[in-house]
Amino acid sequence: MTARRRISWLGVTGVVCGLAGAVVGYKASAETIAIVRGTVAIGDGSAPIPNGTVVLRDGRVIAAGAGVAVPAGARVIDATGKWVTPGIVAGFSRLGLTDVDGVDQATDISGDGPFSAALDIAPAINPNAQPMAVNRADGVTRAIVAPGVGKSIFAGQGALIDTAADGNPVTRARLFQYVELGETGAEQAGGSRAAAHVLLRNALREAAELGRGVPAAAGQERSPTAPESQPIVRNPNESRLYEARRSQDVLLTRFDAAALVSVIQGRQILMVHAERAADIRQVIALGREFPRLKLVLVGADEGWTVAPELARSGIPVIASALSDLPAAFETIAATQSNVGRMRAAGVKVAIGTINDDDTRMAFRARNYAGNLVALARLPGATGLSWGEALAMVTSSPAEVVGLGNEIGSLQPGRRGDVVIWSADPLDNMAAAETVLIDGVEQPLVTRQTRLRERYQDLTPGVLPPAYRR
Amino acid sequence: MAKARGLGVALAAVSGLLLGGCATTPAKEPPTRFSHDPYPSTYHAYPGVPTLLKGATVLDGAGGRIDGGDVLIADGKVQAIGRGLSAPAGAVIVDGTGKYVTPGVIDIHSHLGDYPSPAVAAHDDGNEATAPARPEVWAEHSVWPQDPGFSRALANGGVTSLQILPGSANLFGGRSVVLKNVPARTVQGMKFPGAPYGLKMACGENPKRVYGSKGQMPSTRMGNIAVTRQTWLNAQAYKRKWDNYEAKGGDMPDRDLAMDTLRGVLAGEILVQNHCYRADEMAIMIDLSHEMGYKIAAFHHAVEAYKVADLLRENGTCAAMWADWYGFKMEAYDAIRENIALVDKAGACAIVHSDDPNGIQRLYQEAGKAIAAGRRVGIPITEEHAWTWLSANPAKALGIFDKTGSLAPGKMADVVLWNGNPFSTYTRPERVWIDGALMYDANNPRMRPVSDFELGQPGEGDVK
Repeated sequence: MTARRRISWLGVTGVVCGLAGAVVGYKASAETIAIVRGTVAIGDGSAPIPNGTVVLRDGRVIAAGAGVAVPAGARVIDATGKWVTPGIVAGFSRLGLTDVDGVDQATDISGDGPFSAALDIAPAINPNAQPMAVNRADGVTRAIVAPGVGKSIFAGQGALIDTAADGNPVTRARLFQYVELGETGAEQAGGSRAAAHVLLRNALREAAELGRGVPAAAGQERSPTAPESQPIVRNPNESRLYEARRSQDVLLTRFDAAALVSVIQGRQILMVHAERAADIRQVIALGREFPRLKLVLVGADEGWTVAPELARSGIPVIASALSDLPAAFETIAATQSNVGRMRAAGVKVAIGTINDDDTRMAFRARNYAGNLVALARLPGATGLSWGEALAMVTSSPAEVVGLGNEIGSLQPGRRGDVVIWSADPLDNMAAAETVLIDGVEQPLVTRQTRLRERYQDLTPGVLPPAYRR
Repeated sequence: MAKARGLGVALAAVSGLLLGGCATTPAKEPPTRFSHDPYPSTYHAYPGVPTLLKGATVLDGAGGRIDGGDVLIADGKVQAIGRGLSAPAGAVIVDGTGKYVTPGVIDIHSHLGDYPSPAVAAHDDGNEATAPARPEVWAEHSVWPQDPGFSRALANGGVTSLQILPGSANLFGGRSVVLKNVPARTVQGMKFPGAPYGLKMACGENPKRVYGSKGQMPSTRMGNIAVTRQTWLNAQAYKRKWDNYEAKGGDMPDRDLAMDTLRGVLAGEILVQNHCYRADEMAIMIDLSHEMGYKIAAFHHAVEAYKVADLLRENGTCAAMWADWYGFKMEAYDAIRENIALVDKAGACAIVHSDDPNGIQRLYQEAGKAIAAGRRVGIPITEEHAWTWLSANPAKALGIFDKTGSLAPGKMADVVLWNGNPFSTYTRPERVWIDGALMYDANNPRMRPVSDFELGQPGEGDVK
């Protein structure tokens, strides 16, 4: 009975996917596609190129710019009067972890179970969640997705995903470990920042202890290269650390400690959320204390006040673009000039939607970037050029997490994530008209477009609106 | 004086009691009127200089447009709007070439001051969530005038007036207050003179969640409606008692602050501002308003307004909406990008609102998104018409359109000069006048208010 019900449910799903677009079931396109005569922006900070061409083959970018030849046999898409850019990369989001934020059962951002650092959000990503479709239809093709903290300062391991309608969203699982060190971290650790810092260092110490290797159990000989001797595993859910000897006063579960081994060894990014200038300085100090840590700072609303120190540290930042209110005591110096000022000081910056509808509204990032361009005309403010602003929502987030060679721009060799826009994408009047992910054209139909079609005309029909589809 | 009169009433009541056993009928006391405005506005227009804005694209806020147009403001009022206006002696002349001039943005839905920055528990003053019906509370008694959010709404948003509402935890959240967006020491110093009060009502998920989680009524939508109806029935009885007293005198009935507010609604003095997302619930609230004898000025957060735009038009009820918010709760699950455009197209009154200290800084950009979404499905929307969503329509739903909300001669000179097309992400307010006084100038760092909270803090006086 249950089996039959499941089969019929799957059948219905198949029909829905079929209607949504015939792209289900495969990933990279083997096609050669040439997008011609559009205004092309590479996404690397450079200015847009009029009458440019973008060529994709086998799901990758082959060439982009002016004077690029169209290969024989290519499918040609005419983008006259339109803009062509890399897909938007959500610099910090919870995309795919929620369908409706306010509904507990529809949300997988955080939990209050026993584990923290070991949590891996990859299996929780739901490619059919409506926010995936809505953001895809608005030109968001990839997203850095972080878990939220439950009962620890460690939230677990975040991923890079794509928004393609192919049921296979995870581009890179376990890309980074996410930790809260500001107000939220203090609260998680028991009410003070001091507590959070001791908790962090203790966790790193436990991980270091594990990382020194697994001594062979009595009476057993084991090669140091045997899998059992390698405490570092790609997936902590397959931990081999059951034999690990640890101190008596451990505070982390075995899985959590194991997950942090890659962090302490610099094999996995440690993404730290901190806003206040003093907290940012502590993150910089952490980098000096543990030189192998690959730190990325998230938030940094007061980053501009310590911008030279940040630049010297080499720690890249994912910031909220328009945060300008002292919304908390840790963001009193917040200003929309933060991103521009940090960049001007030499900090590597990207835009993310931190504390800002991160589950659903990553698509707003391009408008936020446009607002930073607007600052360039405001006396006393520090803005961005158009090219820099686009880079903040495309190549910069990719580079911050070490994937700039893979996604985020139209430079040769990058994945074929391309959006054709009706107009300048940083202005709010523009819409995504064609979205390609890994060279595959994506459906832009969402529940929103279906609802609009149903109710666009309220003239009563012979049957109720429920029959219109 | 009021005190003496109160004493008289008390003495009359006492003598009535003493004479109760006698055969003589005591003379009826004449009715005592109580103040409907015990916390009166002390706002006054700040001094301005006669100013002629020349050669701009003027959107008058009521649907009119003048390319290469002029606006003359003096004595706190719009004096003239047209082409080729001449400046009176001593007037400041501002070149508006390549720029836009509009009426100030009016946000019909804000919690600035009631949920100020920083958002700490000590500032959590927006929901009197202690009973589902709390019409006795007044949002103005929570407003912290030092909320830094007011200056951001002014400088980045061109917001000149805004309605502060109590929150949506309650079916009856209390009275709203309309403010002019000027810095002030007291809330009375911001109160929009002569603006009617609003009553915040809510339907849907919030009241049932807040009280249901406490094991109290309402815990369902049907509970919401039952409590709401019963409360109105009580209000009708209260109104009959007071109307009778005020017409005929006699013993003064007990005052009930909650019922005073609801009586004000039934008398048409207070406008209903109804938080309501779903189409089906809006229809129920409209029926309920007919049953009880009041009118709903506007539905706020009306994400499903597009499904019942005809009903809204027929009832003369506005819909205050977001451009692209969706999916944060079940009752926002059916939000669509074309909501504002479709409501407008149906002939109903469309408003862009924020409910957010960040969103209020970019309402003009939200209107731009709504124009674009509408045009994409073939609805031709002009810029001049779209500005009605930001000024004339909210002013009408707040009962202040006779005073502000458009650039008509004689109206308050609440004016924004934009440094480009005001629906664009690339545009910011260049100058903002409120009642003809220059309150913000992007080119002059001294013309940027700094709240007491920000004084002496990192970033004080910075461009925010």
